[in-house]
Amino acid sequence: MLEKFFNVKKKEIPGGLWTKCPNCNNAIYTRELNDNLKVCHHCNFHFRLTVQERIDITFDSFEEMFSEILPVDSLNFVDTMPYSERLKEAQYKTKREEAIVVGVGIINGKSIAAGILDFDFIGGSMGSVVGEKIFRITNYAKENRLPLILFSSSGGARMQEGMFSLMQMAKTAMVIGKFKDDGGLYISVLLHPTTGGVSASFATLGDIIIAEPGALIGFAGPRVIEQTIRQKLPQGFQRSEYLLEHGMIDAVIERKALKETLEKLVSWHGY
Amino acid sequence: MAIDKKEQYTDFEKPIIDLYNKIEELKRVSAETGVDMTGEIESLQKRVESLYKVTMKDLTPYQRLQIARHPKRPTTLDLISGVFDDWFEMKGDRLYRDDPSIIGGIAKFSGISVVFIGHQKGNDTKSNVYRNFGMPHPEGYRKAMRLMRHAQKFNLPLITFIDTPGAYPGIEAEERGQSNAIAESICLMSLLSVPSLAIVIGEGGSGGALAISVADRIVMFENSVYSVISPEGCASILFKDAKFADKAASALKMTSYDLLSLGIIDEIIEEPLGGAHRNKDLTIEKTKECIKRNISNLLSLSDEERRRAKWNKYANMGRYISPSTE
Repeated sequence: MLEKFFNVKKKEIPGGLWTKCPNCNNAIYTRELNDNLKVCHHCNFHFRLTVQERIDITFDSFEEMFSEILPVDSLNFVDTMPYSERLKEAQYKTKREEAIVVGVGIINGKSIAAGILDFDFIGGSMGSVVGEKIFRITNYAKENRLPLILFSSSGGARMQEGMFSLMQMAKTAMVIGKFKDDGGLYISVLLHPTTGGVSASFATLGDIIIAEPGALIGFAGPRVIEQTIRQKLPQGFQRSEYLLEHGMIDAVIERKALKETLEKLVSWHGY
Repeated sequence: MAIDKKEQYTDFEKPIIDLYNKIEELKRVSAETGVDMTGEIESLQKRVESLYKVTMKDLTPYQRLQIARHPKRPTTLDLISGVFDDWFEMKGDRLYRDDPSIIGGIAKFSGISVVFIGHQKGNDTKSNVYRNFGMPHPEGYRKAMRLMRHAQKFNLPLITFIDTPGAYPGIEAEERGQSNAIAESICLMSLLSVPSLAIVIGEGGSGGALAISVADRIVMFENSVYSVISPEGCASILFKDAKFADKAASALKMTSYDLLSLGIIDEIIEEPLGGAHRNKDLTIEKTKECIKRNISNLLSLSDEERRRAKWNKYANMGRYISPSTE
């Protein structure tokens, strides 16, 4: 599995042979970093994974669904560039059509409905497509009696879609609520960073909520809070460990133990 | 048209106030000199009125936002004391404290009992500090959820009043789970089967507004706004400078007219000329009529019909391209 992981992503590692850890500033032999699931072995900093890397380290196999749903600039939104251009740019950069991949993954022979947000695609922001795909995969999980796992990393709602994006919070929270009421297991995995409209909707509604170490998780971003209260924020504020301490999540799980943990939780719930 | 000079006026109302002052001047001169100027006064008055109407009709979204944020704009408390025959406020979330920026309780409306929830802003500095400028903490949303469950338990219609710049971004709000409180509130409200009506009366600020607006019907006061982010926030993130807030306000499509045409909201409650604060009684009358009609329509449906309609309403929110649905 690690071999496959390494091979897939080798070309995307910046800096070639050595990678500098942004947390401890140590130089890490890139191959070693990849073998360690992109976790710094000096300071345990978890580098961000691409969606493909996340799929590779989590599932034995994965089949994407609903990829035919595509974004549209329905408000003709223009900021420093037109939204339609921004979409094209993101699509070119990530080789994906939108900020989420949903489908069914297999762990140890068990089928799991899953969604993985792509932070590289306009900050993993939730617009109409992200909402619709979560809606459909959750209903698919309900109809097929599968557990649901969503991996979130997102700046929040997609501003360029205006109120349509805000309404995705209602749409996703509603479908997840129904899924849970009907007895479905929903595990939410919070990755760095998960804020705004995503953290204030489906991401914090998990029957079980797990975070990777050091992930920034919150409603408002730290900059907005600092500007509002005009004081420095405490050390470690809004990080996974801080949320765990304040009772907002169930566990902080290291990347290398995540797959095993998810498999265990799913099977303990009778799947 | 009555203009009270003690009131606060927006920039775009200045030309109207100038004309109005001219009329006052003419009246005074006419009274002093005994010269009959009735004709001039009447024609000027007509001009003022039509200018006011045109001005209000052609407001930019950012100008409308100034009306939505007007310090004298009727708040939830102003409205419910006029709209309801009697009411009893229920405080506290039973977990931490009472959040004064969200109020709620049970009320009598046209002979039936209803549950109400609303954001509450202040009307001066002191009351705004007490109400935290209408920006709730998690306990505000947890109180709201308590009231939603109450409505569901006793099968009472739920009416919510939306008026917040947004949920409060602060250390304690984060510590106590602002995200989770909002998410749970959205989720709970979306699955209620009792009749529900959300009325955006001023500012509909993002997730903090949505948390208590996931209703069967969403209506907006004519000059209120409802947006995924404040235009100032949007300008500083996307336009790289908060001074482009007027541009952002237009781009975000946050006015009642925009949102009605996009199918996000169901109805607009017309406001008196100049805005809801210019004639509170008329505003209350229109609000009453709207609640009565919507609640009685919703009551004519079965629980199951309402549940299904609500599900479809929110399931269909969004615009995307999909070959399978074309």
